[in-house]
Amino acid sequence: MQGLEKKIKDRAIELLESGKVDGIIGWEKGQFIYDPTPAVFTKETGLDNFCYNNFCGANLSKYLVGKITSDKKYAVLLKPCDTYSMNQLITEHRVNRDNIYIIGVGCEGHLDVEKIKRNGISGITGVSVDGENVNVGTIYGESTIAKSDVLLGKCEVCRGNAHKISDELIGEELQTPEASDRFEMVNKLEAMTAEERFAFWKGELSRCIRCNACRNACPACTCRVCVFDNGRSGIDSKANASEFEEQMFHIIRAFHVSARCTDCGECSRVCPENIPLHLLNRKYVKDINEFYGEYQAGEEADQRNPLVNFGDKDIDPTVISDKEGN
Amino acid sequence: MLKIGVFVCWCGSNIAATVDIDQVVAAAKLQPGVVMATGYQYMCSENGQSLMRKAVEEYKLDGVVICACSPRMHEATFRKNAQRVGLNPFMVEIANIREHCSWIHKDKEQGTIKAIALANAAIAKVSLNAPLISGESSVTKRALVIGGGIAGLQTALDIAEAGFEVDVVERQATIGGNMAKIDKTFPTLDCAACILTPKMVDAASHENIELITYSEVESVKGFVGSFKATIRKKARYVNEKTCTGCGLCMSKCPSKKSKNEFNLGLDNRTSIFIPFAQAIPNVAVIDPQSCIKLTRDKCGLCQSVCEVKAIDFTMQDEIIEREYGAIVVATGFKPIEVDAFDELGYTQNKDVITSLELERLMNAAGPTGGKLVKVSDGSHPTDITFIQCVGSRDCTSRGKEYCSKICCMYTCKHAMLIRDKYPDINVNVFYIDVRTPGKNYDEFYRRAVEDFGVNYIKGQVGKVYAEDGKLIVQGSDLITNEQIFIKSDMVVLASAIEPDPSAKKVASMLTASIDTNNFLTEAHAKLRPVESPTAGIFLSGVCQGPKDIPETVAQAGAAASKVIGLLVKNKLVTSPCIATTDELLCSGCSNCFNICPYGAIGYEDKLINDHGIRETRRIAVVNPALCQGCGACSVACPSGAMDLLGYTNKQIMAEVDAICKR
Repeated sequence: MQGLEKKIKDRAIELLESGKVDGIIGWEKGQFIYDPTPAVFTKETGLDNFCYNNFCGANLSKYLVGKITSDKKYAVLLKPCDTYSMNQLITEHRVNRDNIYIIGVGCEGHLDVEKIKRNGISGITGVSVDGENVNVGTIYGESTIAKSDVLLGKCEVCRGNAHKISDELIGEELQTPEASDRFEMVNKLEAMTAEERFAFWKGELSRCIRCNACRNACPACTCRVCVFDNGRSGIDSKANASEFEEQMFHIIRAFHVSARCTDCGECSRVCPENIPLHLLNRKYVKDINEFYGEYQAGEEADQRNPLVNFGDKDIDPTVISDKEGN
Repeated sequence: MLKIGVFVCWCGSNIAATVDIDQVVAAAKLQPGVVMATGYQYMCSENGQSLMRKAVEEYKLDGVVICACSPRMHEATFRKNAQRVGLNPFMVEIANIREHCSWIHKDKEQGTIKAIALANAAIAKVSLNAPLISGESSVTKRALVIGGGIAGLQTALDIAEAGFEVDVVERQATIGGNMAKIDKTFPTLDCAACILTPKMVDAASHENIELITYSEVESVKGFVGSFKATIRKKARYVNEKTCTGCGLCMSKCPSKKSKNEFNLGLDNRTSIFIPFAQAIPNVAVIDPQSCIKLTRDKCGLCQSVCEVKAIDFTMQDEIIEREYGAIVVATGFKPIEVDAFDELGYTQNKDVITSLELERLMNAAGPTGGKLVKVSDGSHPTDITFIQCVGSRDCTSRGKEYCSKICCMYTCKHAMLIRDKYPDINVNVFYIDVRTPGKNYDEFYRRAVEDFGVNYIKGQVGKVYAEDGKLIVQGSDLITNEQIFIKSDMVVLASAIEPDPSAKKVASMLTASIDTNNFLTEAHAKLRPVESPTAGIFLSGVCQGPKDIPETVAQAGAAASKVIGLLVKNKLVTSPCIATTDELLCSGCSNCFNICPYGAIGYEDKLINDHGIRETRRIAVVNPALCQGCGACSVACPSGAMDLLGYTNKQIMAEVDAICKR
């Protein structure tokens, strides 16, 4: 990983100095090894604080939305899964492809520091992935832990190491983690009775503190003015008018991103209350697959998603009742 | 705040029997903005309408709510009425307390509660209404008819006679449709060709009609008065203008093994062929699947014998783009596949045939020259059994739940014709019911039974199987209540009919609605039976529901008269209920652009002043001439930038709130 970090850094410096791009969107070292933050690097800032390690799970594609009217050109570092979001943003005209230089970077799965800590490991100073294991260096010495136990939730269902869009690749040979069935939990939820499911979501969503982190991190949530911030929409007042707060907020949000959500998992990654928000979106992904055929948002740019498309192969409305067994 | 008047219609006892009118009036009076409310027996009557006009003047009403029947029935009536006293018509809202309430409920208490909720919703909506002004659009004085069967031809002829140009697009190489395959027609037993072929000739020679055969409509854009259609004219490989239909090519073609579709595969045809002797246009066509030249680049005999050099193996599909004011769907039907009815043995026994196959076997122009013979060995049959309702009135997945309507009569016709021509043949008919409503229909059926000695057996068939060179039809006779076994030489299945498979595609292309059986739906069974709910789209023939020929011709004429009524207008009034963009909210994401079924949304880079931030943004722009006000964009827009005038997001939410607030 350190080798790859250096390669990316050298290339970034080259791009900046040649004037090919005006800025690089990447990750900046945090206070600890496990808290890198997305940042914009320019000639002025230099790349001294740049980092790319096993804690760079953040999806950087959304950081370009604000640059759409800028005449500056930015390079952005995208892991394979992040490129789906980039395609979706291009499809929706929320970024200006002409002003973006996409560097696809290799990935071997990113780690969830909370999971590592939950295994009783603290004082983390460094990590290195060694096949199926992760060696964690701490101020108390070195520990080894199974990689599959400490992967970010979104990496557990990794969709492989292919970058769906890029201008150049660095370190693409890295092996991404083996994926498990991403609909496993959705199937479980579907098997529940309505009451059980309601109880499940009530338990999860009642922890929501409406910090808006999910919305702000979500690459599909790019509305200029969100309906929840628009007093005139009348929707903000409806969001919490229920017996457990915020259920409507998350359901409305899931509806708004349905068929546009690439299942990147950022919503759940950033949730400070560890609410499995991605399951709402994944339920829609599964329904869309079943109703309209396999569809992956962001598989390529300029796709037309099944919810804004009509065709004579479209499912008949009766399928809804059929599916419920009526 | 607006001054709102509420009028609650009794609709005789239609509403008043299930809804307590006085309670609805009293509840309406409590709603904010309501300055008067009253009930009346028939609001749509002249007295009811004048009651509304007087109230508008007396109370200086700004908004009116009529609690009555569906807006499909009388919204236009009350809006026109408002206009007469100077109230903007779009300040009138209808609360549907009949179809949505009184007709579907029995309990008066519950019905009243619901009627109050619906009234409150309409009051909440009208409080947020704004006056809207209608626009105008022009009318292209040309009609498109999709389908060249008897329905499409009759519609085209009637429109053309009124002086308007009509294009008939037919998928097959000839016009004529299913009727061309039929031998004789009920209840008069006159020959189908004698009725149809003159009509085909009339259509072909009419100066206002253009027949576009071997072609399909690929896409339709636009709206009533201004449709734009793209038509793909498939390559015939024969020049339509120079071919004389002499048939020399057919006699020389060495590829003779293709199934003759016109005779339902009962005989074979050549690769270059004219579908049938009276085909129009009387021009050959090459089947590219079997032609030796087109598949293996050998042969080319037809080209060398053709005296007028009409054959062109390099011919490509041609795309025709035309504008139309109105479109008529006349896509017709096809009999269902009966392969799934294993017990009837259609796939196992050659002598089990469908009724349409029997038509060809009895047709003088058919594969046997009109001589009725067994398909298996060409011998003369002595016993024929008909089985009715094969797939009709059948709620299983292999059939259709509806009655196909024509089978009772054509089976009766077949039985009669056979007994007339071959008195030595015994004819049995298994039936569930014999349905003969129609002028001279029951008389026709009685003649078959009484004068021609056709043996009708009430009951269904369990099994058809071969034994000792005969087909045994095992069924139950419900009158004598016993199992019977009838020896037959031929068994004829009255297969159900279903809409032509193209109907679904055509309907979605035209945004016309279809029912669960893929029949196109009419706007209203009694008020607008030949119009689709989509303006400018009309329905002719079986595409709308099972019909026999007399009914099809009548309906085809009705559709034509509606088209003529549209095409004589120079201007159409457009609905002002169209979508608009809030430019400050629009993110330019293209969701609305993608979902819009009318192609009414485009994008512009606009300089926006967003609270002092000036920048050029990609903004959705609605073309008011194309927008049909369907509202799909306002639903698809995640930020709420798209809104539909007359049905704004806020109005819809206000309605929902009013219904939920109790």
